[in-house]
Amino acid sequence: MKKSASLSPVRKGVAASAGLLVVFLAAWQWGPGLLGVPTFIVPPLSMVAREFVYAWQFDHLLLHTGVTIAEVLAGFALGSLLGSFVGYLLGMSPTAELALSPYILALQIAPKVAFAPLFILWMGFTVYPKILVAVLIVFFPVMVNVLTALRTIDPDLINLARSFKATRAQIFWKVEFPTSMPPMFAGLRIGATLAVVGVVVGELVGGNVGLGYLLTFGEGQADTPLVFVSIVMLTLVGAIAYLGVILVEHRVLHYLPERHVDGNI
Amino acid sequence: MLTPPVSSLTRLEYRAVTMRFVDRHGSGLTAVRDVSFSVRDGEVVSLIGPSGCGKSTLLNIGSGLTAPSEGVALVDGSPVAGPNAQVAFMLQKDLLLPWRTVTENVMFGIEIQRVPPVERKERARTLLEKFSLAEFSSHYPHQLSGGMRQRVALARTLAIDPHVLLLDEPFSAVDAQTRIVLQRDLARTLAEAQKTALLITHDLLEAVTLSDRVLVMSRRPGSIVDEIAIDMGQRDSPLARRADRKVNDYVARLMDRLDIAHASLDHEEAGGTE
Ligand SMILES: Nc1ncnc2c1ncn2[C@@H]1O[C@H](COP(=O)(O)OP(=O)(O)OP(=O)(O)O)[C@@H](O)[C@H]1O
Ligand SMILES: [Mg+2]
Repeated sequence: MKKSASLSPVRKGVAASAGLLVVFLAAWQWGPGLLGVPTFIVPPLSMVAREFVYAWQFDHLLLHTGVTIAEVLAGFALGSLLGSFVGYLLGMSPTAELALSPYILALQIAPKVAFAPLFILWMGFTVYPKILVAVLIVFFPVMVNVLTALRTIDPDLINLARSFKATRAQIFWKVEFPTSMPPMFAGLRIGATLAVVGVVVGELVGGNVGLGYLLTFGEGQADTPLVFVSIVMLTLVGAIAYLGVILVEHRVLHYLPERHVDGNI
Repeated sequence: MLTPPVSSLTRLEYRAVTMRFVDRHGSGLTAVRDVSFSVRDGEVVSLIGPSGCGKSTLLNIGSGLTAPSEGVALVDGSPVAGPNAQVAFMLQKDLLLPWRTVTENVMFGIEIQRVPPVERKERARTLLEKFSLAEFSSHYPHQLSGGMRQRVALARTLAIDPHVLLLDEPFSAVDAQTRIVLQRDLARTLAEAQKTALLITHDLLEAVTLSDRVLVMSRRPGSIVDEIAIDMGQRDSPLARRADRKVNDYVARLMDRLDIAHASLDHEEAGGTE
């Protein structure tokens, strides 16, 4: 009784979601035609699907997607490692935080994607500038979340550990590090989607491989369906990265109470 | 039942302890002034006093987390120079780690103190059984009620087998019924293990039913203004003490000493800003 009552809103939600998808796809397929929008402005679904098959066969779609995924993964991994490392470092050393915070703030305010052309000047049309933009863009949400977690930790918790004669390292590994996990994952989730943005901007600016490149290529050819295919693939890459983080998060933060998606707690 | 014998050995002592804090504007604030008292082995002493009179400050000094401005705290005769394994504290907040199971939380202190794993598990198991928490040993804190969480915190405190327990309003956040159960468990445990304890509380009935002696503190700057011995026996059974009519006399005396009848809420103002 209780179970079905708490399940049905989820089911309703899923059904509504699926319904919306069908409506959206149908609108995409027939909407432009009905409204008289030319196919080079909004190509219908079937045309994009055909383009997908074509791009897969003749435009190395798989290669471009693979390269983008690799860059996203590399940028995300490096950026989050660096971000959490610096976050812990600053969190444990107030002096370092005071000394570095103005520069970090400046860097945080600067639009990271604007560095893309600069990195390409430095490193050429390789994968590195793309990865670097992603690193830079992923770095901040992760670092800020880790730092805030350490800043807002309950001092009584630290005192409890201290009262047991914990060493600095024990306090870090047994209290601070685990406490920082939930905010860190929140940062990683943001980072996962931002990594895609960073990589795409890098690819748009320069290079001849990756989904960002495919976008500009499609644009140059006035090949609207190809642009659409690229956008869809990029969304897919972002979604997979995001889901990957969520999956790991559920594993790591298994001890947290279930989040009630259905809203009736 | 008999109240366990209290030996003459001094476990915890405060000698002329004064604590001054410097606030953000650089002006000083004397939280406690010239506090001296001692707690004998196996004795349970309660500390009562108005909010902000420096009770928690004294507890922090005893546990070695903060150093007094003047004077010294001694545990087993040696000055407290930092946290030490003889002393354990417990607060109103349970401070359980959400990523640790009940057992793992109980083992937190002994793990830090590098007690071998086998012994750790054994101690946790024994304590959890004693506090009827055995069936929850692999639960996470969020799955427990407030009273159960506080009992886990007590088990964690006892796990390191300290000589002295410093308890800062340990049960003030739980409901009245749970509190009575927790008080019973605590009193029994303290008596059985013959632990020495300093209990801070705002609950006068709790002070009377759980302790051998009650120390009354003045408003800030806090100092000890009175000491009342509770000569009721049965310190291991707060419920039995509750039933004793003498309890009311003691509570009335404490109220009188705290000047509660005449006190307005002006201690809030004296208590300073948080
Ligand atoms: N770290 C600190 N820095 C500055 N002032 C402090 C600090 N800790 C405590 N105080 C001040 O010292 C006084 C005593 O504080 P304490 O927490 O010991 O009071 P308390 O008797 O435990 O009060 P309560 O009954 O409300 O818990 C308060 O006025 C408080 O503001
Ligand atoms: Mg206090």
